[in-house]
Amino acid sequence: MSIFTREQARELTQRVLAMSRAESCRVSVNGGLEANTRFAANDISTSGDATNAGVNVRSGFGRRTASSSTNILTEEGLRRAVEMSERLARLAPEDREALPELGPQTYREVPAFFDSTANLDPTRRADAASAVMGPARQGGLQASGFISLRAGSTAVANSLGLFAYHRGTNFAFTTTVRTEDGTGSGWAGTAGNDWRRVNPSELAATAVRKARESANSVAIEPGRYTVVLEPTAVANLLGLLVGAMNARAADEGRSFFSKRGGGNKIGERVVDERVTILSDPWDPDLLAQPFGGDGQPNQRTVWIEGGVVRTLNYDRYWAQRQNVAPTGAAGLKMMGGEASLDDLVRSTERGVLVTRFWYIRGLDPRSILYTGLTRDGTFLIENGRITRAVRNMRFNESPVTMLNNLELLGRPIRVSGSESGDIGQAVAVPPLKTRDFNFQSISDAV
Amino acid sequence: MLALDAARSAGASYADVRISRTRTQSVATREDRVTNLSDSDTLGFGVRVLVNGAWGFAASRDLVRDEVQRVARVAVQQARANRRASQRPVVLAPTEPVRDGRWSSPARVDPFTVPIEDKVALLLAANQAALRVRGARFVTSALFFLKDERTFANSEGSFTVQNLYRVLPQMNVTAVAADNSDFQSRASDEIQPMGRGYEHVTDSDLGGKAQMWAEQAVEKLSARSVEPGRYDLVLNPTHLFLTIHESVAHPTELDRAMGYEANYAGTSFVAPPARVINQLRFGSELMTIRADRRQEGGLATTGWDDEGVPADDWLLIDRGVFKDYQTTREQAAWISELTGVSRSHGCSYAQTWADVQFQRMPNVSLLPGTQDLVDQDLIAATERGIYIVGRGAYSIDQQRYNFQFGGQAFYEIRNGRLNGMLKDVTYQARTPDFWASLDMLGGDRSYQLCGSFNDGKGQPSQSNAVSHGCPAARFRNVAVINTGRQT
Repeated sequence: MSIFTREQARELTQRVLAMSRAESCRVSVNGGLEANTRFAANDISTSGDATNAGVNVRSGFGRRTASSSTNILTEEGLRRAVEMSERLARLAPEDREALPELGPQTYREVPAFFDSTANLDPTRRADAASAVMGPARQGGLQASGFISLRAGSTAVANSLGLFAYHRGTNFAFTTTVRTEDGTGSGWAGTAGNDWRRVNPSELAATAVRKARESANSVAIEPGRYTVVLEPTAVANLLGLLVGAMNARAADEGRSFFSKRGGGNKIGERVVDERVTILSDPWDPDLLAQPFGGDGQPNQRTVWIEGGVVRTLNYDRYWAQRQNVAPTGAAGLKMMGGEASLDDLVRSTERGVLVTRFWYIRGLDPRSILYTGLTRDGTFLIENGRITRAVRNMRFNESPVTMLNNLELLGRPIRVSGSESGDIGQAVAVPPLKTRDFNFQSISDAV
Repeated sequence: MLALDAARSAGASYADVRISRTRTQSVATREDRVTNLSDSDTLGFGVRVLVNGAWGFAASRDLVRDEVQRVARVAVQQARANRRASQRPVVLAPTEPVRDGRWSSPARVDPFTVPIEDKVALLLAANQAALRVRGARFVTSALFFLKDERTFANSEGSFTVQNLYRVLPQMNVTAVAADNSDFQSRASDEIQPMGRGYEHVTDSDLGGKAQMWAEQAVEKLSARSVEPGRYDLVLNPTHLFLTIHESVAHPTELDRAMGYEANYAGTSFVAPPARVINQLRFGSELMTIRADRRQEGGLATTGWDDEGVPADDWLLIDRGVFKDYQTTREQAAWISELTGVSRSHGCSYAQTWADVQFQRMPNVSLLPGTQDLVDQDLIAATERGIYIVGRGAYSIDQQRYNFQFGGQAFYEIRNGRLNGMLKDVTYQARTPDFWASLDMLGGDRSYQLCGSFNDGKGQPSQSNAVSHGCPAARFRNVAVINTGRQT
């Protein structure tokens, strides 16, 4: 399966390091299985198993560095990658921002590997797909979906003796069920490390219900609405906020987190005081890699606490220049409250429930303003109840505004937060209710 | 052949194998620094099989006898597992086997033979040219090269070997207001990615154009924020190509129309086929859209697709009326009675050996008008409008109706003349309404082949590179909103 054990990874990285003639060398290896099954129009459409492994070599001569990668792991292939990176590095101009490799580090292991996921073979995936397609067929609906898994290992070693190793499994399972006449569409999805936590029938039931209930939607006037965002919709927008927290961009004046007149917004309250956002690879809801690409250990990193910016994302160079510790972060979690999704709906006099967002694109980095659309389950809430399906709408809104106008938070759960349904960053977020969410126009799309 | 034999003897009625070696190189800079120099080389193979009408696919990097046979057997096992859960068997459209096909992108200079120092020097010199402009604070630039050696064989006797090249030169200049109250960027959209060799980098002249981009980034800081309302839009090809990509090329993919991408990329308003082929009025009479995998220098230009089907060109839309979709061998029969076309249009593509091939976009282009008009002529004929250059934020719904598109540089048009720069401009429209409002087209002289280097579709998401040619064009009475005043 090409999942390197710790010993195999150590042996391979040492073998590559021994080939190096550079002043410094860093070797990263990864290997494993990526497998998936897709279904559409109530049939399995494609599936695939791919085993791969790769080595990346980064060579340095003083402040000159370059990297080369290959998946040809023969003696000759590895040597070629080493020589290529050395050749490029010698030709590279000196980089005044280049830093020496890190020395040995200590890492706390993350128990992220689950046999239940690694052994999810084509037959089991077909069974999970059938658990969705069956109810859809019976109900005269059209199911499509995607089951994706990754089981692999990553290691980093360098010429100063650093060695880091992690192995893990991940999966994502998403489904969209549509009515035969194309007037209704419902989505459900989940992601995680341990397949045993998945209940395909539950996903099917949610998607089928939403497909039915979203049929024959009505248009409501675009404008500012109170919205109840399901966790997936929250995840779609939250990553954009944290993605904008680059310290250097802030200090250089080209970020929402830049302070007028110079500096950045660390210590300033930027969102509602109930908002706390952090990264923590050991959180059972996240289980992410405990080190970065250069072997930098990941830490529990609190980005925003009580609405106040606690830190920004510092790479090693900028951290050194600003005299702070570099950031090492993986996974993303927003803390929540105790409310259930139903509680959020019940407390809403008039609002819109959003299942997920789509085609989210940046409009203005000064305000982290984004546009995108609702899809696959958008409903009107009236007097604490979902009363009817509404047409999808385009929003122009910033996650900063969304979190400033916060009304109520639910319990965080792990979600499939990427629009594509691919295995992305581990994200756990609560459903939330926020007011004055800006819907700009109606979409005819179902 | 080993893989094909193993698949056949394990029970496959059809099998194909792709072996590909992909070399990429990236050179990235920031101001006077090189931020990334990297090179990658990957090799592997993928085997796709049909067993009782169900697909199976497996891939591996290890090109040795035992592994090739193992992978072929895994693909067959996949197909058997999938067969159990499937109802409709796959039927492939016929295609003439290609016995020994050879094709290469029209690259005069292999980018991997050009010394890295030359690439670095070119970028750093261009950065310097940008930074000489007062107010231009930050600049990034990059060159990306890809060479893909693809060998394809199938159990019907096809065998092709192709060398595909792609080249992407890029720059982005940012100006920041003295008090940090504003920052604005301008990207190098006059330069487009192409399926060519290093000569495209040389011809692009990043260094010569850097000053213009830097000046425009600075000018944007003091540009007027647009007054929302309805305007006539004159769209330069460096902008319009992406509007075509999103609003015309995606909805005419047959897999989307049939619900095969419902879970991610979405479905299409151009559906169902029986109700739209030769019937749907997509846009004005001026709108003729051609799909073309033969267009020279196009990113999706090829000799044969990833099913061994020869490159094709055909009309998707003829004088505003929808005619045909983009198809693969599996899809051709779904609509052959409606179109009269029983063969595949050759739109099968996989991003790497490790991914299964499926329907991807060919080059899709808007044909130029018959009159010899250029951008200036369209501007001169417009009373109140906005002239848009370059691509900005693009967002469109999952059936390709409601879109909102931005650009790089915006100019107010007043009484046939440009009247200074605008900012915070984005326009929103419904696809058929927008294309119905097309009322002026540039001619051959205003035509440019532009491209999208990383178009995502499929699950797992695969990237496709595709070109779109178009002339400048005018669209009437389009809703423009201001993105600078929303928060």
